[in-house]
Amino acid sequence: MPVLDLNTFNTLKESTGADFISELIDAFLDDAIIQMDEMRTALDANDAETFRRAAHSLKSNAATFGATDLTALARELEMMGREKNLAVGNRLEVIKEAFELVKRQLNELR
Amino acid sequence: MLNPIPEPAHLLVVDDNKVNRMALSRSLEVQGHVVETAENGREGLEKFRSGAFDLMLLDIEMPVMNGFEVLEACLNDLDLRQIPIIMTSAMEELDAVVKCVELGAEDYLTKPVNPILLRARVNASLEKKRLRDEQRKLFRTFATKEVAEELLRTGFSLGGQLVTASVLVADIRSFTTIAESQDPSDSIELLNQYFSMMFDAVTQNGGIINQIVGDGLLAVFGAPIFYEDHRERAVKAALQMLDQLKVFNEKQLAQNKTAIRIGIGITSGKMVAGYTGTHNRAIYTCIGDTVNLADRIEEYTKEALRPLLIDAYTREGLASQYKVEDLGKIIFKGKNQAVNVFAVMGG
Repeated sequence: MPVLDLNTFNTLKESTGADFISELIDAFLDDAIIQMDEMRTALDANDAETFRRAAHSLKSNAATFGATDLTALARELEMMGREKNLAVGNRLEVIKEAFELVKRQLNELR
Repeated sequence: MLNPIPEPAHLLVVDDNKVNRMALSRSLEVQGHVVETAENGREGLEKFRSGAFDLMLLDIEMPVMNGFEVLEACLNDLDLRQIPIIMTSAMEELDAVVKCVELGAEDYLTKPVNPILLRARVNASLEKKRLRDEQRKLFRTFATKEVAEELLRTGFSLGGQLVTASVLVADIRSFTTIAESQDPSDSIELLNQYFSMMFDAVTQNGGIINQIVGDGLLAVFGAPIFYEDHRERAVKAALQMLDQLKVFNEKQLAQNKTAIRIGIGITSGKMVAGYTGTHNRAIYTCIGDTVNLADRIEEYTKEALRPLLIDAYTREGLASQYKVEDLGKIIFKGKNQAVNVFAVMGG
């Protein structure tokens, strides 16, 4: 799966204006870190609902940017949260790695 | 004319997700609209109530107050329910979206929102709103806000309904003679002034004007919205008409202009009400014996030399402070049974 679907990214860039995309990338990257922190905290507190919400927001934003891989991973975690199944194994580490790849590519595309 | 440029509209984007808010509001701004945002349902509802918005884009899953609750609050608000709401949701929430559209949301968009779909759905919703606003403006010249909203809500389905209501028929005495004796433009001016007084009296008492034919008008009270006191409302409207006409005539005479006299007949009972006509041209109207009788009773005001006559069932609906005189049983043309007619005093 590609890190970033350039078709989706370019459509987003065009529709919001090229000068705005950097601001939008910043909001996404900042919020993604917060969302991943929230998932970690919720996991420790065994709070499936907060976990699900954080995964849901991360999934939504990743999809907006065309981050296909990251979207799929976040969706999987959202589903687990919905089913109150927090046996996520190493998935939080995996999603962090996927995020770093997205971050690198987005920074190159600014 | 392939892509007419839409008028800039005032839009509200409600979403708890910052990236969604930024991307949506920016896309809409690029499309020429003026956009405000809110971070949760409650803030969104407050902004929606206080500002004059043309459309709202509403997320479903939100803290404090979710999209469902905001949608329901808007649909229950007479001032807000005509403003289109487009739900925005994730693909997985389609069940929830269907529920929203069934409730009365105008449309929906799945996230991430495709900018071409965004433009198309927003513009289509704004265009539908514009047409509805025009319709509403037209309705409001004939009916109260409540009745106009009810008509818009129930739609224009042709087909009748048996209702219990009151019918008021008013006619100007010898208007043909008046019209022949003066300039045509003066006659129209006189009619316009007269109708504006009559319309106020009808709508202020919750009635709706059904028909205007020449100098005559037919109004109904208690349909399409039922009022328990439809009979008293009709009589109140008639007395208000007579009062206002008295003031009007004094002014007319002071300016050496024509005074007008009217006759009013009111009957109450069951009647068939609904839209008649075709889908291209239809009017809300009432049919039945009750309506025919109102015409006859109005005619009878000339003979009875009383301006306001009512039937027995209308009289039963009046509180004791209304003074009425029993004029006895009258046999009208085309009716086999004599009808008890009452004159309402005052006015």
